Amino acid sequence: MEALAHVNYWAAIALAMIGLYAIIAPSNLIKKLIGLGMFQSAIFLIYITAGKVEGGTAPIIDAAYEVYSNPLPHVLILTAIVVAVSTLAVGLALTVAIKRAYGTVEEDEIVEQDRR
Amino acid sequence: MIATHLPALQVALPLIAAPLCILLRRDRYAWAFTTLVCWGLLAVAALLLDRVMSEGPISYRLGGWAPPIGIEYRLDGVNAFVLLILAGTAALMMPYARQSVEREVAPERRHLFYAMFLLALTGLLGIVATGDAFNVYVFLEISSLASYVLIAQGRRRQALAASFQYLILGTIGASLILVGIGFLYAKTGTLNIADLGVRVHALGEAPAILAAFAFITVGVLIKLALFPFHVWLPNAYAYAPSMVSAFLAATATKVGAYLLLRFVFTVFGAPFAFGTLPLKEILLSLSLVAVLAGSLAAVFQTDLKRLLAFSSIGQIGYLGVGIGLASVTGVTGALVHVFNHALMKGGLFLAAGTIAYRLGTTDLSALNGLGRRMPFTMAAVVIGGLGLVGVPVTSGFVSKWYLVQGAFEEGLWPAALFVLLGSLIALAYVGRLVEAAYFRAAPADAEPVREAPWAMQLSTWALIAGSLYFGLHTELTVGIAERAAAALLGAP
Amino acid sequence: MTEHLVLRVISKLLVPPILLFALYVQMHGDYGPGGGFQAGVIFGAGLILYGLVFGAQAVQSVAPMRLLVTLACLGLLLYAGVGIASMIGGGSFLEYGALSADATHGNHVGIIIIEIGVGIAVASVMTIIFCVLAEWR
Repeated sequence: MEALAHVNYWAAIALAMIGLYAIIAPSNLIKKLIGLGMFQSAIFLIYITAGKVEGGTAPIIDAAYEVYSNPLPHVLILTAIVVAVSTLAVGLALTVAIKRAYGTVEEDEIVEQDRR
Repeated sequence: MIATHLPALQVALPLIAAPLCILLRRDRYAWAFTTLVCWGLLAVAALLLDRVMSEGPISYRLGGWAPPIGIEYRLDGVNAFVLLILAGTAALMMPYARQSVEREVAPERRHLFYAMFLLALTGLLGIVATGDAFNVYVFLEISSLASYVLIAQGRRRQALAASFQYLILGTIGASLILVGIGFLYAKTGTLNIADLGVRVHALGEAPAILAAFAFITVGVLIKLALFPFHVWLPNAYAYAPSMVSAFLAATATKVGAYLLLRFVFTVFGAPFAFGTLPLKEILLSLSLVAVLAGSLAAVFQTDLKRLLAFSSIGQIGYLGVGIGLASVTGVTGALVHVFNHALMKGGLFLAAGTIAYRLGTTDLSALNGLGRRMPFTMAAVVIGGLGLVGVPVTSGFVSKWYLVQGAFEEGLWPAALFVLLGSLIALAYVGRLVEAAYFRAAPADAEPVREAPWAMQLSTWALIAGSLYFGLHTELTVGIAERAAAALLGAP
Repeated sequence: MTEHLVLRVISKLLVPPILLFALYVQMHGDYGPGGGFQAGVIFGAGLILYGLVFGAQAVQSVAPMRLLVTLACLGLLLYAGVGIASMIGGGSFLEYGALSADATHGNHVGIIIIEIGVGIAVASVMTIIFCVLAEWR
C-alpha cells in the first residue's frame, strides 16, 4: 500500500511517459508539441503536489487558519508555465513556417523532401 | 556606487537593451546600439573578474533579500571567467554582424534579430551569473528560446526543421533539469546553489538526491550536446545564419559545460558524483566516444559549416574528458578549453560566414583554390583548424596538454591516447580544408572573388589572433582556470 | 465566424466584462490572488475572443501591430525601469523598498508598477501571438 501513498507521483510519471511517447511516436509536428506540453505539465504536477501541506489551506494569510500550503512551488511553476507557453508559441510559429516552406507538417515527409 | 551593482547590470543591461532595440526599428541603429551594449558588457565582465581575482567571491542580493531565502548572484573564479568568455565573444563578433546580417536576414526582421541576440546573451549570462538553481532553469529557457528563433532565421528551409528539432530536444533537456531541481528543493527546502551544496552533502545518499542527480546530469548533457545527445547540434549550426552559428558554437555549449561543473562540483560534490556514483566512468567513456565519433564524422562532411559542427561535437568531448577526470589538472584543462575553443570555433565559423558572404555557399568543393583568392580568410581557417588539432603555439595545444597531463596523473593512459588520436583525426579534416584551398586549382569558370569586407575580417582575425595569443601567453587563462578549478574541487 | 449571430452577440456582451475583470485582477494583485501575468492573459483573452469572432483584422483596427509591439517593449522596460530606479534609490536591483523613504510604502509602489509592466507586456504579447499566427497564411 505504500506505493499508493504517492499517487501524485504515479500520475506525474504516467503523464510524463504519455507525453514522451507523443513526442517520439507521431510524425506530426503539432502532435509532438502537444506531447511536449503534456511532458511539461507532468513536471508541474510534481512541483504543485509536493507543495501541498496536509490540512493546509491556500497561502493567503488569515487569522482563522494556521497551516498553509507552501506557496513557493506555485510561484516557481507559474514561471515555468510562462516558459512552457512561450515554448509552445515558438514551436507553433515554427510549425507554421515549416508548413509554408515544405507544404506539410509531417516529419517523415520533411525528411524525405530534404533528402532529395 | 555603480561598482556594487555590476553583477546585476551584467544580466540586466542586455535585457533592457533588447526591447530598446525593437523600439529603435532601424537596423543600423539597432546594430550600433547592440555593439555598444556588448562592449559595455565586456567591460563589466572584465571589472568583475578583476574584482573576484583580487577580493574573492562577490555576492549580490537581488531585491535586497538575504540568501539563501532571496535570489543571490554569486560570482567566483569559475563563473566570472565564463562571463568574460561570453561577453568577450559577443563583443568581438559584433563588428562582423552588420554586413553578415544584412546579407542573410530579411530587412524587416533585422532589428528583431538583434533583440533576439541580446535576449540569448541575457539568458547565457544569467545562467552563469546566478546563484539560484531555479533561476538557472529560467535563464536556460530564455537563452534557448532566443536561440531557436535565431537558428530559424537561416536562409534555407532546413533551418526551420533544425530549429524545431532543437526546440523539442532542448525543452526535454531543460524539463529534466527542472525535475531535478524540484527533487532537490523538495528534499532540502532551498534553491540557493551554495546552500544546496551544504545541505545535499549532509543528506548523503537519499534516493531523491540520486534521482535529482540523474535528471540534472542528463538534462545538462543534452544542453552540452555530449555524444549520444548531440543529434540536434549539426543541423542547427549548419543551417543557422553565420553570425548565429558562430555565436552559439562559441558560447551555448560552453555554458552547458559550466552548468555541469557547477552542479557536479558545487551542488552534489565530487565525492558523491565520482565516488558514490560512477559519473567518472560514464562521462569519460561518453566523452572519448564523442572525441572519436565527432572528429571522424567531420572528416566525411562535404559542407564547411557541417564539418565545423561535427568537429564541435568532438571538441565538446574534450570538455567532458576534462570534467570527467575530476582532478585539478583535468578541470583546468576543461576550463582553458572552454576559453580556447570559444575563440577558435567562433573564429572558424565567422570565417565560414565570410566565405558564404562572398561565394553564397560553404560547400567544400567551392573552396577549391580559395587560398589564393581569399588569402586572409583562408589563412584564418588554417590557423583556427591547426588550433583544433592542437598544434603547439596555438591555444588548442595548451588545453590538450592539460588534458593529457591530467589523464596521466590519474593513470588513465588510454584516455590520453584517445585524446591524441582525436587530434590526429582532426588533422585529417583540417588537412582536407588545406588541400582544397591551397593545392587544388580553382575551377576554370570560377567567378572572380574579392576578399571579404574589412569589418568581417576584423572580427574573424580578432578571435583567431586571440587563440594564437593565448597559445603563447598562457599565464592569464591557465592562471585563472587553475585557481577556479582548485576552488571548485576544494569545496566540500 | 461572422455569420453566427449568437456568437457575435454573446462575445460582444462578454468582451467588456472580461477586460474589466482583467483590470480588477491587475490592481488586486499586490494583496490578493492575481497580478500582472494573470491580468495580462485575461486582457489578452478578451481581445483574442474578439479576434476569433470578428477576425484578426478587427483586433488590428483596435490595437495595430505597431502599437502592440511598442506596448510589449514598454511593459518590459517599465519592469526593468523599477529595477534601475531602486538601484538609484540606493537599494539593490529590484529592491522596491528603496523607492520611497518608507520601505513599506516603497514596496507597495514597486510591486504595483512591476505588475502593471508585466500586465501590459503579457496582454500585448498574447495578442501579438494570436494576430501573427491568425494572419500568417
